[in-house]
Amino acid sequence: MMTALAVVVILILSAMLLGGLMAAAGVFTWAERRLLGFMQERLGPNRVGPFGFAQWIADTVKLITKEDAPPEGADRPAYFLAPVLAALPILAGFGVVMFAPGWAIAELDMGVMFVMGMLALTVYALVLGAWASRNRYATLGGLRAAAQLLAYESFLGLSLMGVVMLTGSFALGDIVAAQEDRWFVLVQPLGCVLFLIAGVAAAHRLPFDLQESEQDLVAGFMTEYSGMNFALFFLGEYLAVLLVAALATTLFFGGWHGPVLPGAVWFGIKVGIIAFVFVWLRATLPRPRYDQLIGFAWKVALPLALLNLLATGWIVVGGA
Amino acid sequence: MSLDAAPTGDLVADLRARFGRAILARQETAEDFPVLWIAPEAAPAIHRYLKQEIVRPFPLLVDLWCIDETERRNRAGQPASGVTVCTHLTSLERNADIRLKIACDAEAPEMPTLAGVYPNADWYEREAFDMFGVRFTGRAHHRRILMSPLWDGHPLRKTHYARATERPPFRMTDAVFHDTEDAMQPDPEGWGHPMMRDGQELMMLNFGPHHPSAHGVFRIVLGLDGEEVVWAEPDIGYHHRGAEKMAERQSWHGFIPYCDRIDYLGGVIQELPYLMAVERLCGITVPPRAQMIRVMLAEFYRINSHLLFYGTMAQDVGAMSPVFYMFTDREKIHRITETITGARMHPAFFRIGGVAMDLPTGWDALVREFLEWMPSRMDEYERMVLRSELFRIRTKGVGAYDVATALDWGTTGPQLRAAGCDWDLRKRRPVMGYDQFEFEVPLGHTGDIYDRTRVRADEIRESLKIIRQCLENMPEGPTKADHPLTTPPPKDRTYQDIETLIHHFLSVSQGTVVPAGEATGQFEGNRGLSQYSIVSDGGTESYRTRIRSPSFTHLQMIPTLAPGMTVADLVVQIAAIDFVMSDTDR
Repeated sequence: MMTALAVVVILILSAMLLGGLMAAAGVFTWAERRLLGFMQERLGPNRVGPFGFAQWIADTVKLITKEDAPPEGADRPAYFLAPVLAALPILAGFGVVMFAPGWAIAELDMGVMFVMGMLALTVYALVLGAWASRNRYATLGGLRAAAQLLAYESFLGLSLMGVVMLTGSFALGDIVAAQEDRWFVLVQPLGCVLFLIAGVAAAHRLPFDLQESEQDLVAGFMTEYSGMNFALFFLGEYLAVLLVAALATTLFFGGWHGPVLPGAVWFGIKVGIIAFVFVWLRATLPRPRYDQLIGFAWKVALPLALLNLLATGWIVVGGA
Repeated sequence: MSLDAAPTGDLVADLRARFGRAILARQETAEDFPVLWIAPEAAPAIHRYLKQEIVRPFPLLVDLWCIDETERRNRAGQPASGVTVCTHLTSLERNADIRLKIACDAEAPEMPTLAGVYPNADWYEREAFDMFGVRFTGRAHHRRILMSPLWDGHPLRKTHYARATERPPFRMTDAVFHDTEDAMQPDPEGWGHPMMRDGQELMMLNFGPHHPSAHGVFRIVLGLDGEEVVWAEPDIGYHHRGAEKMAERQSWHGFIPYCDRIDYLGGVIQELPYLMAVERLCGITVPPRAQMIRVMLAEFYRINSHLLFYGTMAQDVGAMSPVFYMFTDREKIHRITETITGARMHPAFFRIGGVAMDLPTGWDALVREFLEWMPSRMDEYERMVLRSELFRIRTKGVGAYDVATALDWGTTGPQLRAAGCDWDLRKRRPVMGYDQFEFEVPLGHTGDIYDRTRVRADEIRESLKIIRQCLENMPEGPTKADHPLTTPPPKDRTYQDIETLIHHFLSVSQGTVVPAGEATGQFEGNRGLSQYSIVSDGGTESYRTRIRSPSFTHLQMIPTLAPGMTVADLVVQIAAIDFVMSDTDR
């Protein structure tokens, strides 16, 4: 009885979370376009609904009803599987995010590792989609995605290990709880910066969007995608931004902690601010070349992350 | 063109002494430079002498083109010729030009290739073959360059039709479609490119003609090893509209709007060299006010074009925003040109002998407002783009070349100045009173992409200076020359005397009759040297209009610079050339 009820409750909650995330990603696309417009002396979408807010709904409808034509010679099963793989792991990753005390679908002990794993899985979608499209631009994009994953995943994990060491737990709830008095960004500033850099890369956002950089690769791995499959890739990307923002909030910016307002609201505000920074970055920065990025990851970021880990370890052991 | 006459006089004597009878004749023209007819077999030696052996040499092959002489009536004093191949050389040290003409047979025109002397003769020769059927002995291949490989005939020959209606209607049948597609297939072996490197098979990438960064319908076939470009083969002609052929059917006046569309970002700039050539033939002197209006508008369009370059340059290294800011500025310029000319991109505002109309009331307030707006914006762009560390690591040292290489490939304009060569026709051969203006010529050092961007950004500031001087010193007076050949002709006396009325009627209904002869107009445009070489046979339309455009030569340099670059570098390199395909293909 109890277990069956629990399963039903979890399913309902999951469905609610799914719906909420889809809407959040949609709203995020609208917010990004309006923000970019604001930053770039133009208007952005302002026709559909008040302030153009319903634009994302119109776009979704358009994308769903659009023809989806796999190119001639494409590997059809892989071609259709790839976009699903792009969105699914990110959605799963949100399953362990704790929005407020106890507000999580699954309170995993290894929550951090789970989210990291899910983020890393998306690269399979990119490589698979690239390969299945049988397009040379896509192939180049897929190759870049794989190389970039290796380079950035290496220090993405290391950059947040300092936080894990300080807390002594991989559970997201514990990590937030440990920041009641002091956010980890104050203790781990270097770790935080490195995490955000790697996070931008993990979410494939400018300046780390080399696998789809439109200037040289047309649309990279997405070149041949259209309609709903394209939308799924898109969804995956925008959700990844939110997931990275949620993770950063949890790890470095005190999660749900904050005065007066309820915890979940604080969490939302913080995620929103970090997502805003992502948009801001996109409006500001040029894109480095592929080899320069990979070089930066291996030669600068990884040693720094190791150094940060070493220093944290020394403090933790020395302090204990 | 105030060319120094003395050194070229010596030059002709020098050439005659050295090559004797191979110098067939000197043609009398209204030009400021000597025009010599030379024997075909001596052409490579003479060109080599002029490029390499003479003191103060002629390193720049500005143009190579042909004239179909078969229907030309007025060519007294010129040696017999069916198809004439012309080359136009420039010496930077002498600040002087020379034109050489080679007579060829009308049925099977042929001459030795010059590509061994001037590398950029390669594409010009392909064009000459494509358009006139001239064969150049010593060339490895004669491939068409602008027309489709399946094209029948040579379009600029007088025997070739000019309009589609002179042919049965075209049908794209399945067979035609497949034949065309087959003919467009990349053929690395035929081009002489390897498909293997160090035992690795190269990947062939078809970049364009529909690629977001190809800046128009431009195609490059790339041989890639990973992301590294091993070879690049540009393919142009997708934007070819036959502007030179159209010129032969339009009245002299009616061709002006076509000039705007040669470089569609240059607006009035392309009208200048054309009109300078026509006015030279007609012997018209443009009044000062018209000259300054021309200068001011040309500089506005130069800024406009450079801003588009600047923004898309930043965008091609991934910076999303600058291009939007720059479009705000461009919009302001468009407002001004709209107020003055009535149009934004293609004003067709200049006329033979002046400009279409006087400046409107209140133009100065608009211009002043823009001059106050722009400098602070330029400072912002400097911070946003040129001083951005990411922009610097993407562009510094990428695509660098030296002056000698640049000249070998016929480079002019900001592309040449970025390599450190102080060559700006506005300073060197001032026309339209450019010598009265105070402005600097920004120079780079290495020719890399960063320098090319910096030079153009600085040129915007210099253009602003020129516009300010126009604003403060705009002379009073007429905006069109008082000359019977100005078009449309002066009308104020038409109702008083029958002679003027008849002239006006004929000129408007049939077109201006430009005296027979040859003339050349050169202008330092936004991308480099634009040169229009026109031949009038004493008719209401041109016998031959040759349009030398900078983009055509600049693209030819890509195969030299591309190897070793990554695809991303190549995109930035393409952006830094700052070409438009209409200017390339014409």
